[in-house]
Amino acid sequence: MAERIRAWGVVGTVPRVAAAGLVGFALLYIVVIAEPPPEIGGNWRTTSSGSAIDDWQSFAITLLNGLTFAGWLFIVASGFSLIFGLMRVVNMAHGSFYLLGGYIAYEIQQSMTGQGFSLQSSEVTTWEWVYPALVACSVVGVVGLIVQQVFLRWNMGQELRQALITIAISVIIADQIIGHFPRHVPEGTVKFGGNAVGMAWPGWANIRIELPLTGIDYSLARLIVLFLGVMVGVLLWLWLHRTRTGMVIRAGVDDRQMTSALGVSIQSVFAIAFVVGSALAAFGGVVGASQGNVASGQDGQWLLYSLVVVIIGGMGSLLGAAAGSLLYGLVFSFAASYLPTTGNECCTNYAIVFTFVLLALVLAFRPQGLFGRIG
Amino acid sequence: MSRLDAKTTVERVIGVVLLLVAALGPQLFNDYWLDVILTQALLLGIAAASLIFLSAYGGMVSLAQTALMGIAGYMLGNMVTQSGPGGESKGLVLGWDPTLALVLAIVITSVIGLIFGALASRSFGIYFLMLTLTYAVIANLFFGSVTQFGGFSPIAGVNEYTPSFVGDIATDRDRLYYIALAVSAVVYVLIRYMTRTPFGIAFAGIRDEPVRMASLGYAVPLHRMLAFGFAAFIASLAGILYVWWNGQIAPQDMGLGPTIDLLIIAVIGGLGRIEGAWIGAFAFIVINNYVVNWVPTGGLPVVGGRFNTIIGLVFLTIVIVSPDGLTGLWDRIWDRARRRGGPPQVEVETREAAMGTSSS
Repeated sequence: MAERIRAWGVVGTVPRVAAAGLVGFALLYIVVIAEPPPEIGGNWRTTSSGSAIDDWQSFAITLLNGLTFAGWLFIVASGFSLIFGLMRVVNMAHGSFYLLGGYIAYEIQQSMTGQGFSLQSSEVTTWEWVYPALVACSVVGVVGLIVQQVFLRWNMGQELRQALITIAISVIIADQIIGHFPRHVPEGTVKFGGNAVGMAWPGWANIRIELPLTGIDYSLARLIVLFLGVMVGVLLWLWLHRTRTGMVIRAGVDDRQMTSALGVSIQSVFAIAFVVGSALAAFGGVVGASQGNVASGQDGQWLLYSLVVVIIGGMGSLLGAAAGSLLYGLVFSFAASYLPTTGNECCTNYAIVFTFVLLALVLAFRPQGLFGRIG
Repeated sequence: MSRLDAKTTVERVIGVVLLLVAALGPQLFNDYWLDVILTQALLLGIAAASLIFLSAYGGMVSLAQTALMGIAGYMLGNMVTQSGPGGESKGLVLGWDPTLALVLAIVITSVIGLIFGALASRSFGIYFLMLTLTYAVIANLFFGSVTQFGGFSPIAGVNEYTPSFVGDIATDRDRLYYIALAVSAVVYVLIRYMTRTPFGIAFAGIRDEPVRMASLGYAVPLHRMLAFGFAAFIASLAGILYVWWNGQIAPQDMGLGPTIDLLIIAVIGGLGRIEGAWIGAFAFIVINNYVVNWVPTGGLPVVGGRFNTIIGLVFLTIVIVSPDGLTGLWDRIWDRARRRGGPPQVEVETREAAMGTSSS
């Protein structure tokens, strides 16, 4: 397949120059071209905060937003990538696992604190956040294990059929979430399936801190999300590169049949990877519920995020998932902040187009993704 | 032409009978059945046919067809609606000539399909599926967030502005039914014709042996791109019919739910044969329609949830029991009954398995 794609992937000089020009212009625009909004009117150079040179604090905040979003993306997408890399299973229910994890953690936190819907962060202890997160990850891990053992074990290699099966499962889970969650709703309001609910961070985390040297006021919770993303990355790396199970997984990614021929029980490794991958989706959901809310419909959104990250970064590569998350997180954040804002409705709501542009740029030059291996 | 075997004869007889029943539709069915079930089945069948065309002849399972339908609907809605006594419409409200808008909507959607196709032309199998899914979600989010094109709430009253040769379809629903039937027939013939042209044969060759076709000098990505553009053209027809049938177009019409519904339709019908598109659409809509009434308001007994759980379970059962859908089941029943040599049926799973081995 390598030669095949390389032979077709010959991209001429003109597209390369055009792509480089486009990226260069975007960077220049952010650094110098953009202007802060004038008193009245505005033109194509007008952005909400101006260029990085005009207003480096806004630039730094946008950068931090991008990085913290990337950490969150990585938590979810690394699980997706792990499952795909080892088993070639595109788990279309990954977004549903995200949502399920968020809702389960919410319910447990509600019943632990007994505070009712409008839970204040200051009344939540660390344990009252960690315990729901652990339970949610375990429960969704078990759900993932059941899905893998019952529906995906006997049809290995039939990639499309497995994708269809996980789509069917995601339809069922999405509907069941609407049927059963949220259980705790505010006093006096009508219980409506799949409503948006949010968790609370522990009290010490939900504050704003002043970053040293810069004087920027920033949410500690967002920095914790970044920290958690990095931790997940480090732990996954250590697991894959420093333990026996990890070695078997890497061997399985390289050559599934040869690994099992050597007497390794590849099925148990598949099961472990699926549990970890699903639990990571759930953990992402817990983070999502704490950062904002979880609501019915976000499953599709997070499936998209996971897909974009692994398509950009390359399937089944931890480094690829990290690079994809970083790139997508930054593009997402900067597109929303640095698109021109002339008039009332132009143009920041076109930010979603940049997801497509990023995808197009990467795929035009590397159909297998930045760190993807072919075959 | 090969000799007609019993199976082909039976299929043709069934086809002619169904066509006759369909032609007499307004006499045989009540208004609800005709409008809600049959017209909807016909237009979703057209969209599913574009999906099945790519899948059966190109091995490309596209999840972008619903998005392309929606894009066509949005283009038409933005170009054709007028602000005026009928009420302020959402979107650009260009108020162009309906015939011009119709043609432009189809052309723009086909061009967008070609761009999508160019980008996806070097992705195979499951990668292609993922990439087209991202197209679908991006298109949905785009129309949901860009207020110039309509934003979150629907563009309404699109079916009040139709070309004169289409006539009044907002009130005369039999007319819309016949249009959908005619377009379905044309699309079916067009796809069957397409697969017999040198282009179609090369396209099918690329499905089976991309490397060999490339070394024979065929431009593999170009063929796949053009086929995707052709499928986008068909999907745009379905999108126009949908917006005429529905009267309005909203981002939700191209969300993840409808996207997956169309895939379910294609899978129920069978990803291997074009006829499956309309069979699957009919089956899906009937199930959908009656399960909704069957489910009590408080949710399903025992499992909770709503009718989507049932749809999901039906889908799951079909994927597990007969991954090539109803038409695949039909083919296998005949194969088993005859047990003659004959050319083997190409099944989705075997083809996927073959792709899996050739790519590793």
